[in-house]
Amino acid sequence: MANYTLNVNGKTHTVDVDGAMPLLWVLRDKIDLKGTKFGCGVASCGACTVHLDGKVARACMTPISSVGAQQVTTIEGVAASRIGQAVQKAWVDVDVMQCGYCQAGQIMAATALLNTTAKPNDKQIDDAMSGNACRCGTYVRIREAIKTAAGVDVKDTREV
Amino acid sequence: MALDTPDNSKPVNTSRRFFLMASAAAGGGLMLAGCMTPDTSDGAPAVAATPAKAPEPVVDINVFVAISPDNTIRIMAKNPEVGQGIKTMLPMLIAEELDADWTKVTVEQADADQTRYGSQIAGGSFATPNHWTPHRQVGATARYMLIQAAAAKWGVPAAELTTGPSVVKHAASNRTISYGDLAKDAAAIPAPAKEIIDALKLKDAKDYRIIGKSVKNWDTPRIARGEPIFGIDISVPGMKYAHFTKCPVFAGKVVSANIDEIQALPGVTDCFVVKQVGTDLMGLMDGVAIVGDDWWTVKEAARNKLKVQWDEGATASMSTDGFRTQATTLVKGKPQSYLAPQGGTPVTEAAWTDANKAIDGAAKKVEAFYEYPFLVHAPLEPQNTTAHVKADGTIEIWSPTQNPGSSFPMIQAAVGVPRDKVTLHMVRGGGGFGRRLSSDFIVEAVAISKQAGNIPVKLLWTREDDVQHDPYRPGGWHSFRAGVDAKGAMVGMTNHFVSFTGGNGRPAPSADMAPTEFPHGFAPNIVYGQSLIAFGMPTGPLRAPRSNAVCFAYQSFLDEVALAGGKDPLQFRIDLLNSPTAPQPQGGRGFNPKRMADVMRIVGERSGWANRASLPKGTGMGCAFYYSHQGYFAQVAKVKVEQNGNWRVLKVWNVGDVGSQIINPTNAVNQVQGSIVDGVSEMHQKITFKNGKTEQTNFFDMPLLRMNEAPQIDTHFNITDNSPTGLGEPALPPVLPAVANAMFAATGKRIRTLPVVNTELRWT
Repeated sequence: MANYTLNVNGKTHTVDVDGAMPLLWVLRDKIDLKGTKFGCGVASCGACTVHLDGKVARACMTPISSVGAQQVTTIEGVAASRIGQAVQKAWVDVDVMQCGYCQAGQIMAATALLNTTAKPNDKQIDDAMSGNACRCGTYVRIREAIKTAAGVDVKDTREV
Repeated sequence: MALDTPDNSKPVNTSRRFFLMASAAAGGGLMLAGCMTPDTSDGAPAVAATPAKAPEPVVDINVFVAISPDNTIRIMAKNPEVGQGIKTMLPMLIAEELDADWTKVTVEQADADQTRYGSQIAGGSFATPNHWTPHRQVGATARYMLIQAAAAKWGVPAAELTTGPSVVKHAASNRTISYGDLAKDAAAIPAPAKEIIDALKLKDAKDYRIIGKSVKNWDTPRIARGEPIFGIDISVPGMKYAHFTKCPVFAGKVVSANIDEIQALPGVTDCFVVKQVGTDLMGLMDGVAIVGDDWWTVKEAARNKLKVQWDEGATASMSTDGFRTQATTLVKGKPQSYLAPQGGTPVTEAAWTDANKAIDGAAKKVEAFYEYPFLVHAPLEPQNTTAHVKADGTIEIWSPTQNPGSSFPMIQAAVGVPRDKVTLHMVRGGGGFGRRLSSDFIVEAVAISKQAGNIPVKLLWTREDDVQHDPYRPGGWHSFRAGVDAKGAMVGMTNHFVSFTGGNGRPAPSADMAPTEFPHGFAPNIVYGQSLIAFGMPTGPLRAPRSNAVCFAYQSFLDEVALAGGKDPLQFRIDLLNSPTAPQPQGGRGFNPKRMADVMRIVGERSGWANRASLPKGTGMGCAFYYSHQGYFAQVAKVKVEQNGNWRVLKVWNVGDVGSQIINPTNAVNQVQGSIVDGVSEMHQKITFKNGKTEQTNFFDMPLLRMNEAPQIDTHFNITDNSPTGLGEPALPPVLPAVANAMFAATGKRIRTLPVVNTELRWT
């Protein structure tokens, strides 16, 4: 056990945990931010997607000892940025959700995409989002919501 | 193509007691967790949190409807929500006939309470047909009581009163009063008698303001904000975290375990063996519970430090390879039994022999052997339940269940607490797909809470626990024969279906098929036989149970038969559906071939089926239809197969007929899209067993379809004059054979085995 000081959504938290404990469980069970979800534990499904210094990270495979001074952003804090807010709003406007369990991770992945690529095409969306599984199969709407947030035509331009 | 498990096919008796319970019980705290999608045009936060608000006294009009003086209406959502959208849809039915202002409605999830709410289950796509009329009557009855209250208040005849969104109006005197101002008086009115309720005129569809409009998923804003609303998010004071290790072989027993060593680990507060109760493989099984201060620590202890010696039992001798060997041997002989509709004439071996003679004498014969694997449900939220078995003999449970009713007998057997002492909060589930109809994870949490000393415990499984301990969709084999005459018409068909039995001589759950499976009755000499393999794994309903498997085999084989007779596969299906020998629908729920022929024809038009010959080699279109859960669905898939065999579904056209009214269009389309993605996903998946253990562990060997693989989807509903039916399941089954048939069109390679092995689709 050791003390780790984290910056999460602009707030500082100090936790006394095993350094191998993944960020996911520190967020969920130690500092009560439960929006980040557990799906697989092996960085295979993307339900636990957060940002470390603005870049996508799978919190279930990120030991707390590796986080250091990086800024952690979770779904609870994503609306602090204009892009995060636009993505969140698009998710609501398009009514993406079925069960909704993966959607926090989807929103985080989409926000990271738009942070670097303001107007992504379908290929860029596929590349950025394929690490995030949706068991309910809401991919049609996730694509539409990303384009809505980016302010581009929502038409799916992939080969038919 | 029969109604599917769970058997909840009887209409819910939204009994009159709902109305008789109307009371003026005021003062209950109004839970204001919900919010409408906020208007963001004023520059407010995009998805604002609900502002904190002092609770208003709430007046219960009946068990579903409560109205506050501020004109807020709270509607209870009675069924479990696992992504099917029912928490939004059922309140819409009530709100419509209540003539409520939907922007002032809040939706609250009901607890499990059969006495108040009747059957509460997410299964079988039954919620729509079972609640369509009763739930509208709930709303109409509340509206009736509000009108009575206004009539008394104003001293005018009720007949002169009309309603608008959450108000009662008297046109003659130009008066209007809000429901909020009438609530107390309305609640004091005795609940109307059954005769009055049944005579209440429900709205004409043209007057709907809520039904038929796209209403956003009630929890969408809260999900977008990451609010803790799922089962896994539950936290109660004093709660400990638990992991439960079961034998990798089903029903294996604990012989010994290093309990003392585990108990001494930092962060672990308790460790003990839990003993099996009963014989249900989806009930409480032997295992080792580890309890501690956080879940990751107990899970790591289970994975890295726990050593259990298991008595694996008889199932350890069973493997997928062995099942397949038995199946391929069985289909060489006669079926063990012949399938006949319940109450119908038994089907004899002579009929089987005659059908095969007809096939042998046909102009053309088609024979094919189809097989599909076991599948796991794998909802994205791993199984979990928080339970507190209290010292006072009561239990409180928070669980993402689809079927609370299945947990109570298990709980009573495990810890001796009867149903009336159990409070079960149904928490939003991160997917269900049938997995959470079983209550194994509930009874485990209950047993652990008690054994840990009556403390609240949150049990959470790992993904590996979930993949390896599931009521699997059973695998199966179909050995088909069919004959067509010189004109391409079917003259006979037999199917030797090999499936599984838990040992009682009957098929295991979801391992049966309908004796009337199409095209039975639509052509002569169609006989189905069945043989069963004994096994020791649990099985259960996976979204569109039976249909998700049987449809692939039948609708693929029908394609083979059509092509053998030189027919267009789509027109061949329509011709069969139009057969003069077609069985007539029995009552409102029987299969109506005309409805299916219509959706098949329309999907052909929408997809450009007639022009498919112009597609380049490697790209093909295939079609299929299926009737399940009272829904009629026809689909065309367009698939592109690379020369190396890699494939992608480019587009799926779907036409469905679920009756006269699409209640919530945004959710209806979402469910269809999800079903199609789910079905394509299943074409990649398998569960296999070796020495009684499940070989797959996580999403890397049990893949889910991803963004880049998801097809474009065209969704259309054919509106017909039939009572509305459900959408959680019936859009799934046809996509598998439609895709497989498209693969054949693209490459000439017939997929008869799932999952698809890409290299078998290579072409030059």
